[in-house]
Amino acid sequence: MNKHVANIERAIVGKGIAHDSARKHVVGDAIYIDDMPEVPGTLHAALVLSPVAHGTLKGIDASRALAMDGVVDFAAAPDIKGHNDIAPILPGEELFATRTLDYLGQPVGVICATDFKTAVRAAHAVEVLCDEMEPVLDIEEAHAKQQYVLPAQELICGDVDAALGEAETVIEGRLEIGGQDHFYLETQIALAVPGEDQDMTVYSSTQHPTEVQHHVAHVLDRYANCVDVQVRRMGGGFGGKESQATIIAAAAAILADRTGKPVKLRMKRSADMTATGKRHDMVSRWKIGVTGQGRILGADVEYLARAGNTPDLTGPVLTRSLTHTDNAYHIPAARFIGRACKTNTVSNTAFRGFGGPQGVVTSEAMIDQIARELSLDPNHVRAVNYYGPQTGEVTPYDQPVEHNRLLEVTDAVLNSARWQERRAEIDAHNAADPVIRRGLAMMPVKFGISFNLPSLNQAGALVHVYQDGSVHLNHGGTEMGQGLFMKVAQVVAEVFQLDVDRIKITATHPGKVPNTSPTAASTGSDLNGMAAYIAATAIRTRMVPVAAEHFDVEEDDIIFRENRIHAGNRSISFAELAKMSWAERVSLSEAGHYATPKIHWDAKSMKGRPFFYFTYGAAIAEVAIDTITGENRCLRADIIQDCGQSLNSAIDLGQIEGAFVQGMGWLTCEELWWDKKGRLRTIGPSTYKIPGSRDVPPEFNVALLDDAPNGEETVFRSKAVGEPPLMLAVSVFLALRDAVASLAPKGYSPKLMTPCTPEKVLDAVIDARGAHNR
Amino acid sequence: MNTETSFILNGEPVTVALRPDTTVLDLLRAHLSRTGTKEGCAEGDCGACTILFKRHGANGAHPEPANACIMTVAQIEGAEITTVEGVANGALSTLQERMAENGSSQCGYCTPGIVVALTGLLSRKPDPTEEEIHDALAGNLCRCTGYKPIVEAVRRAAGSIETAPTELPALPAFTTTTATEGSTVTRPENLDALLQAKASHQDAVLLAGGTDLGVPLAGYETEWPSIIITGHVPELRRLATTEDTHEIGAAVTWEELLHEVADDYPSFATLIRRFGSTQIRSMGTVGGNIGTASPIGDGPPSMIALGATITLQSAERGARTLPLEAYFLDYRKTELADDEVIVSVTLPRPTTGQIFRTYKISKRYDQDISTVCGAFNLTLEGDMITKACIAYGGMAATPKRAPEAESAIIERPLNNETAQLFADALAKDFKPLDDWRGSAKYRMRVAQGLFARLVAEHSGERVEVMTL
Repeated sequence: MNKHVANIERAIVGKGIAHDSARKHVVGDAIYIDDMPEVPGTLHAALVLSPVAHGTLKGIDASRALAMDGVVDFAAAPDIKGHNDIAPILPGEELFATRTLDYLGQPVGVICATDFKTAVRAAHAVEVLCDEMEPVLDIEEAHAKQQYVLPAQELICGDVDAALGEAETVIEGRLEIGGQDHFYLETQIALAVPGEDQDMTVYSSTQHPTEVQHHVAHVLDRYANCVDVQVRRMGGGFGGKESQATIIAAAAAILADRTGKPVKLRMKRSADMTATGKRHDMVSRWKIGVTGQGRILGADVEYLARAGNTPDLTGPVLTRSLTHTDNAYHIPAARFIGRACKTNTVSNTAFRGFGGPQGVVTSEAMIDQIARELSLDPNHVRAVNYYGPQTGEVTPYDQPVEHNRLLEVTDAVLNSARWQERRAEIDAHNAADPVIRRGLAMMPVKFGISFNLPSLNQAGALVHVYQDGSVHLNHGGTEMGQGLFMKVAQVVAEVFQLDVDRIKITATHPGKVPNTSPTAASTGSDLNGMAAYIAATAIRTRMVPVAAEHFDVEEDDIIFRENRIHAGNRSISFAELAKMSWAERVSLSEAGHYATPKIHWDAKSMKGRPFFYFTYGAAIAEVAIDTITGENRCLRADIIQDCGQSLNSAIDLGQIEGAFVQGMGWLTCEELWWDKKGRLRTIGPSTYKIPGSRDVPPEFNVALLDDAPNGEETVFRSKAVGEPPLMLAVSVFLALRDAVASLAPKGYSPKLMTPCTPEKVLDAVIDARGAHNR
Repeated sequence: MNTETSFILNGEPVTVALRPDTTVLDLLRAHLSRTGTKEGCAEGDCGACTILFKRHGANGAHPEPANACIMTVAQIEGAEITTVEGVANGALSTLQERMAENGSSQCGYCTPGIVVALTGLLSRKPDPTEEEIHDALAGNLCRCTGYKPIVEAVRRAAGSIETAPTELPALPAFTTTTATEGSTVTRPENLDALLQAKASHQDAVLLAGGTDLGVPLAGYETEWPSIIITGHVPELRRLATTEDTHEIGAAVTWEELLHEVADDYPSFATLIRRFGSTQIRSMGTVGGNIGTASPIGDGPPSMIALGATITLQSAERGARTLPLEAYFLDYRKTELADDEVIVSVTLPRPTTGQIFRTYKISKRYDQDISTVCGAFNLTLEGDMITKACIAYGGMAATPKRAPEAESAIIERPLNNETAQLFADALAKDFKPLDDWRGSAKYRMRVAQGLFARLVAEHSGERVEVMTL
C-alpha cells in the first residue's frame, strides 16, 4: 500500500523510537498547563462543591468568600449565559447544580481570586444552603428501589431459558467488582483566555478537545468557531479526561468571560477525586448452563453498574461490558442485561477498558467457577469454550470472530511460562500446608476495537510540507503519555521516508483539525495514524510527478528513501523536491480524513459489527497469599499480546506493562471507600493506594505476538494497544482464586470479591477453610 | 528580625521575602518559575515534587530527598536545595539518558520527581541493589509505566553519579527569626532557647519534619501565624548508644533511627523502612511521630513494646521522664503540656532471651498507613514465654498495650496452642473501628493472627509474601 517506498518497507514504522517528549520529561522541560508562564492578571479558580450527598439546594451565600482579600468573582448556575448542560451524550447534565444536590462533591459554582491559595480557601468559605435528604449509596439498594439513570440494555441471542433448562448443570454466581480512580498524576486543569470578538482560547488537559470546544461554546452561548482549544500533552488521562475535563474547562471559561481575564482552574487532588467520575464499580450475577465437560450452553448474566447521579458515559460503558461478557468464549445462548443504577455518588465515566474489564472479569470468574465446581482444569474449560479459529462462530451480538489468534497467544504463553512444570511445583508447595499459599492462572483476552458508536470512528489529520522539507503534523488525537504523537509521526515519516525528527509534532487543536473524536477506545493510532497516512500520501502523490519530470523518468521509477528522492542512481533531497513542488504550484498541504470501514451497530437490538477487528492477548500470573493476614502479591506474570504489526514496539511494550500494572491495582490494592454520609474517604494517595514499584511482579515477561499482521487493513497492519492489556491483570485475580481454592476440598469455588485487598482475601480464605465442615 | 529567607538553589544563592508558611513547592513553582517540580497530591505521597535537601549545617552529608509540597520556607533557611533543573547542568545525566531512551516516562508528569529521587539514591549508593532501588522509589508513584523500565534504567546508570563536593556560594548569616506580615518563624539553636520560645509562644506550631503537619498546609486548609523549628537544637538532634540504651533526640529523623536500630532490632528497622518513603523518613522525626499522637503512628507500638521512656521538658518546670505508654491519654490527647516539648526517647537495648518482632498490615507494602501494626517483645526461657510486652497501633484511639493477651501467654510455650489463647484474650483488649483501611472484624482477626505469624516465623517458616 505504500507505493513509492515499496522496496524499503517499514524503514521507520515499527522501530522502538522513544516517546517524543522523553528527553523533556527527564529534565523537567515538558510543559503542562500549570507550567505555562502566566500572563499578568491571570486569575486562579476553584470549584465550590456540594457538602452533602443528597439534598435540595436552597441557596448559595458567597458573600463571606467574596469579601476575602484577593477574591474577584463567583459564578453559579444563574450566571451561565448559555446552557447549563455539559452532558457528553444525553442532554440534561448540569455543570452547576440548580435544584437538587445529587452527590457530595457535585459542583455548584466556581470562584476566582488573584492567587490559587486564596481561591481554594474562598471556595471553602462559600456557604451552600440545602435541605439534606437520605442518600442512596449502594448499587443493590438503588436496584431494589428501581432507581436508574437509563433504561436497561439487553443483549440476547438464542433461547437462554431453554439452554439452562436442558443443561446438565446450572451454576449460579455473583461478583462484586470494585471501581477505580484514574489517578492521573496531573490533576484536571484548564486555562481559559478571553480574546476579541467573543473568542475564548482554552488550554485544557482533555482527551476530547472537541467536546470542550462545544460545551464551552454552549455555556457561553456562542458558536463553536469562537472557541479555540489546545492540548499539547496531558499528565495522564486513562479515560478520566474524556468527559470530565469539560467541567473544568467550562467553569474556567465562564469566569474568564465574566472577568475578561485569563482564568486557570486547577483541581487539588482531593477536590479532583471527590468531584470527578471514576471506573464503574458493578455487581455481576449469573446463571450458566453447562455440560459435564464444562461447555457453556447458555448464560444469563446481569450487571448492576454504579452510574452515579447522571448517565455521563454509562450507556456505552455498559454496552462494552455486555459485548465483552463472552470474552474468548462462544456462548450459544445468551441474555446479558446491563442496569445503570442511580446512586448519590459521583457520576462514573470512562476508564481504560470502558466497561470491558468488568465484562472480562465476570466472564473469567464464570469460567473459573465452572471449572472449580465441576472439578475440571480451568484451562480445559477455557479450551472447550474458545471461539474456534475456523468455525465462523459469531458473538452474541452477531459479529463473526475472524482472524482469531486465541490459540496462538494462549499456546505461546503456556509454553513460555512453563505452565505444566510450575503448576506441579505450586501444587506441591501448597500440599505442605504452609502459611503462604500460591496460585497460578492463565487467561486470554479478546477485545473489540472501535467505538461502539459508529460515528466516532473517524479522524482528521493536517499535514504541511514546507519548502525546506520540514513537515508539520497535526491530527485529532491527543497525547496523554501513550506515545500517540510519535506513532503518528512515524507513519508520516514512513510515507515520506524522512527521519522522524523532521516531522514537527504539534498540539491538538480543533482550529486545525476540526470535529475530532475523543482519544479513547484504544483507537488513537488506528484512526489518526490512518488519517495522517492519507494526508501524507496525497502530498507525496502530488510530489511524485514533479520528481518524475525533474529526472525525466516514469512516475513508477521514483523512490523515496532516507530523506532523498531517487530515480535510478540519481537523487535529490526531499527539501529540493519540496522547493521544486512549490515552484510548480503544487499544494504541499493536505487534510486527510479516515472513517473506519465495515462497522455498523444497532443499539436497539444490540446486534451488528461494532468492532473493526479484535485484539488478542494472554497472561499467566503467579501469586502468593498470606493465609493469616490476607496480604498478597503477584510474583510473576507472563504476557503475550497481539499488536498486529506494531507501529512502535517500545511504546507498545510500555503500554502493555503499564496497563497490566494499572489493572492489577484495580483488582487488588485500589479501593474506593465512602462513609455513611456519602463522603468518599479515599481522596489522595495516602488513602487510595495505586501500585508502587515493589508491587510489580519481580519476574515480568512481556512479549508481542510475532509475525501477526492485522487481518484487516489498518495503518501498516498494526493493532490497537491502549486498553486490551489492562484486562490481562484478571489473571492475577484468577491466581488469587486458585490460591484460595487450595485451602478447600475439590468442588469448591472461592468467594473472592474485588478489589482483593488483604481483607477481601482473608474473608475468602476463612470461607474456603470453612468449606471442610460444610 | 529578618523578613527574608536565604538558601542555595541548584548551586546559586537565593533570597526571598515570603511568608514562612509558604510551601517550598509554591516557592519553586509560583515564585521562582522552576516548574520542573510538580504537584501531584499535596500530601507528600506521590513524589512528583521530590527535591534534594541538605539542611543548614549538615556539612559533608549527602543531600536527602524530600517532598517540597509539605515542606515550608521556614525550614530552608541556610539549606541547600536541588531540583530537577539542577541535577545536570545543561546536558542530561547518565540516569536521565537511560530513562529517556528506555521508556521510563510516558505522560512524564511523575518523571522529574523520580529523576531527583533516583539521583539522590545514586549519590548515596552508586551501585544499588534491586531492594534499594525499590526503597528509593517507594515515595514516587507512576501511573503509566508499571515502573519496570525505571528500575532497569537505574541499574544501567549504576556508578554514573560523581559525588565530588562542589564549592558552594556563601549565604548571609543564618537568621534565627524570620517575620513577615502574618507569619513568624523562630529557629532556636539550643534547648534553652527552644523552651523559652515554646513558653512565650504556646500557640506556635512546633515544626520538625512537617511530614504530618504540612499536609493541611499544602491543602490550603490552614495557615501558621507562628512557627518554632526544632531541627537546629543539638540536644534534640542527639543520637547516642550506651551499653543499655539508645538515646534518641526528638528531632532525630526516621532515616537516622533506622540505621541506629538496624543491628539491635532488625524487625523494627524493616518497619521503619516501610512506614514512610525515603522522602518522609529523611524529614519526619521521632518526636514528630509521637507528638502528633496518631492512633496509627507506626513508631509507638514498637517503642512501647520495647519499654521506651520519653522525656518532656518546659522552661518553668524542667524535665520529666515517663514510660511512653503513659504518654498517650486518648485520641490525639497526650501528657504534653502547652509549654512543653518532647526532648528525647530512650529505648532499651536487647536482653538475653528476648525476641522482638513487629508486623505492619496495610493495603500496600510501601508507604501506606497501617491497618494494624503489632509489636511483640517476648522473653523466652527455652520454649517458655517468661515476659511479654505487646502493643498495637490501629486498634484503639491510641497506640496501646494488650494486657489480657500478655497475661494469657505468660508461662506458656511459643506454639499454636498459645496463639489460640492469645487470640481469645486479645478480643478483650480491643474494640477496633471500621474505616477505609479495614473493618473492625478484619482488624481484630489480623491482630489475633499476628501472634500465629510470630510462632510460624520462630519455627522457621516464611511468613511474609514480600519476603518471597
